[in-house]
Amino acid sequence: MSAVLELAGLTKAYPGVIANDDVSLSIQPGEVHALLGENGAGKSTLVKMIYGLVKPDAGQMRFLGQPFAPAEPRAARAAGVAMVFQHFSLFEALDVAENIALGMEDPPRMRDLAARITQVSNAYGLPLDPSRLVGDLSAGERQRVEIIRCLLQNPKLLIMDEPTSVLTPQEVGILFQTLEKLRSEGTSILYISHKLEEIRTLCDAATILRLGRNVGTCDPRVETARAMAEMMVGAVLHVPERKPHETTQVALELRGLSMAAPSAFGTSLKEVSLSVHRGEILGIGGVAGNGQDELTGALSGEMQAAAGQLWFEGRDIGALGPNERRALGVLAAPEERLGHAAAPDMSLTENAVLTAATRKSLTRKGFVNWRAAEGFTKEVISRFDVRTPGPQTAARALSGGNLQKYVIGREILQDPDVLVVNQPTWGVDAAAAAAIRQAILDLAAGGAAIIVISQDLDELMEISDRFAALNEGRLTPPVPAAGLSVEQIGLMMGGAHDLEEVHG
Amino acid sequence: MITLEKRPEPSRYWSWATPPLAVVLTMIAGGVMFAMLGKDPVEAIRTIFWDPILGEFAFYYRGQLLVKAGPLILIAIGLSMGFRANIWNIGAEGQYIIGAICGAAVGLAFYPFASFIVFPLMVLAGALGGFLWAMIPGILRVRFNTNEILVSLLLVYVAEFILASMALGALKNPDGAGFPGSRNFRSYPSGHNAELIAGTGTHWGVVAALIAVIFAYVLFARHQMGFQIKLAGQAPRAARFGGVNPTRLILFCLGMSGALAGLAGLFEVSGPAGQVSIDFNVGYGFTAIIVAFLGRLHPVGILLAGLLLALTYIGGEAAQSSLGLPAAAIQAFQGMLLFFLLAVDVLTNFRVRFGKREVA
Repeated sequence: MSAVLELAGLTKAYPGVIANDDVSLSIQPGEVHALLGENGAGKSTLVKMIYGLVKPDAGQMRFLGQPFAPAEPRAARAAGVAMVFQHFSLFEALDVAENIALGMEDPPRMRDLAARITQVSNAYGLPLDPSRLVGDLSAGERQRVEIIRCLLQNPKLLIMDEPTSVLTPQEVGILFQTLEKLRSEGTSILYISHKLEEIRTLCDAATILRLGRNVGTCDPRVETARAMAEMMVGAVLHVPERKPHETTQVALELRGLSMAAPSAFGTSLKEVSLSVHRGEILGIGGVAGNGQDELTGALSGEMQAAAGQLWFEGRDIGALGPNERRALGVLAAPEERLGHAAAPDMSLTENAVLTAATRKSLTRKGFVNWRAAEGFTKEVISRFDVRTPGPQTAARALSGGNLQKYVIGREILQDPDVLVVNQPTWGVDAAAAAAIRQAILDLAAGGAAIIVISQDLDELMEISDRFAALNEGRLTPPVPAAGLSVEQIGLMMGGAHDLEEVHG
Repeated sequence: MITLEKRPEPSRYWSWATPPLAVVLTMIAGGVMFAMLGKDPVEAIRTIFWDPILGEFAFYYRGQLLVKAGPLILIAIGLSMGFRANIWNIGAEGQYIIGAICGAAVGLAFYPFASFIVFPLMVLAGALGGFLWAMIPGILRVRFNTNEILVSLLLVYVAEFILASMALGALKNPDGAGFPGSRNFRSYPSGHNAELIAGTGTHWGVVAALIAVIFAYVLFARHQMGFQIKLAGQAPRAARFGGVNPTRLILFCLGMSGALAGLAGLFEVSGPAGQVSIDFNVGYGFTAIIVAFLGRLHPVGILLAGLLLALTYIGGEAAQSSLGLPAAAIQAFQGMLLFFLLAVDVLTNFRVRFGKREVA
């Protein structure tokens, strides 16, 4: 049996960084091959070379036994390579069939295309109405549009970049069934992910990249998730530990918080009620765009709540602005690191003044005490192991993981009573993510009430005491996190409308 | 092939080196233009840049230099606060006119009462006039979210009509034999913004400009307000997260630039211009926009840019009269300066690489 795709010694260097260094791998027909690695390990560069978006500096590729050097994606597609990107390229104002026609070399008549879409979507268990507007579809349904677009080309190799990051557990189940069917038909799949459990259930082989190098190939069905994670990181992983703590005193309480969407593309919050105790971590899950940003903004003070809806230790704080809430001890760390949690072109010291001016007394009579600000910045850098030349470095010069450690550290070292964090480990490598989770757990153990908003369910299950889910701006009643099944979580996240497909 | 590569951080070195480089490039391109017009390029450049400071008639020009640079710097410092925060006051010319009218009106109301208190009152009235005129776009922006660029710009034309009406009506010199224009402050010592050091062109407006430079420097480097201005301009979402009150910031920036423009107008009308006249304003409010950007919105940069631009004006006039260069050529020359500054700005944020292009 000859390999579908063979890579030998692929190397690609960018100024100052070697993205891929002598990477070799081979994918067999009908194999689901995982490409594993932390952010910046070179996964994207590798698949871009296969898809003809980037030219390798050195090395050979063979596709179906023939030498393969696609000059552009069109050539790769013609040869039989299809790719589903993490970020969709769809037009919201067009319907499904029109979007698919746009990506085709010479599209058939609309009616025929619609019929084919229906046929393919039924064959692979991906229900999709070709006449619906993409703007009305959920993230999971949009992904189906992209997948069907690929399947219409009858690819020999399908590349999927982090496909489950936008899906509910039920939708993940549907996707996996589709991929199983493709595999059984002999289509090979190159599956990029860093979710190890997923890879263990789905993939036949895994190639692990670290710092652009292939550091090993393994069979994920026999390897433990932990062993694979350590291969990815190149070090022994530190698993967060929890200490038991008291949870009696309510710190923050939302009583039917409702808020109009701040923009046309935002989500309004509807009757959100919750309470967080001191020493407790409340995990809030949900698919992106269901009100996470709005809830963070409502709690940070960027948006004001109506009277009686937001309480901190028995005091109505809904009308207070961000700095007044900080003075009381209610702190937040938004999801978007660059441009929201930190100003990209400002130094780390200046970014310390951004949120810590009040609690760390970095200003006196309106004048900024830059020496104190720098001292505090250095403390954040050393306590949270932020890798940077120094406090004068611009925030945008830091890697995502380092900046996230800085942002979280900056809030934690202000000793908050309540901390709200949105996506604490999004796009952060495994070692940094573990450090951040540990810091959050330690803060809770010290008596702070914490709300963690995240789309990473594994993370929420690992650190939360109670769990709730956001769906279209509504929050489910929080329930104890221990013992929650994936099905229950999926139902809470509002994936119920897809359940019938799983069982049907 | 030349490629541009984004720097991880803006280059400190280039952000200082680009303005002088732009001046040199302007001299070269301007020299080529002057040569094409049949003039000796070296002599033309020397007339513009050298003669006003160290040439034969420098004693006359040197005074002019500060007289022209003073209002430019004063207005540009005010504008730089708003521009840093993405608040675009384009109507400094109007605030300059209204400041001049209000200040002059207070002075003329006291005429011929002689007291040291008159001039300070005029200064206050001038600042207040510019401030209030700038509050119109400010309040419209915070209340109704109107565009401050349009409102402030259109108010310039309103201010010009008010100026004409004042020069011909309420403020007209009763002893002026029917000629348009107010009394001349040169004949009213209590309200006259006289030259402080003879022959240098230094008047109270120049002193105020220097104070404004120092004030702005401290504001940007040390004060929370300066920090918030910078933050709001660079990352508006982060600013809201950091607790910056946008309404306060907009009113502060517009009010401050209006007050400084009004001051500049008052110092001009009571000093170098001497009277409220129909054609009192000569475009300082617009030129100051160029000065603010030429100086990279930095107080020290604005100080240098104001002097440089004043120099090209004076030198340009000298070149017109002594070499017969057309006025349009001088304007093109000044335009080149801004053009080259913006063009070489690329070097601050990008690295230029020569060689094969990356296929990306």
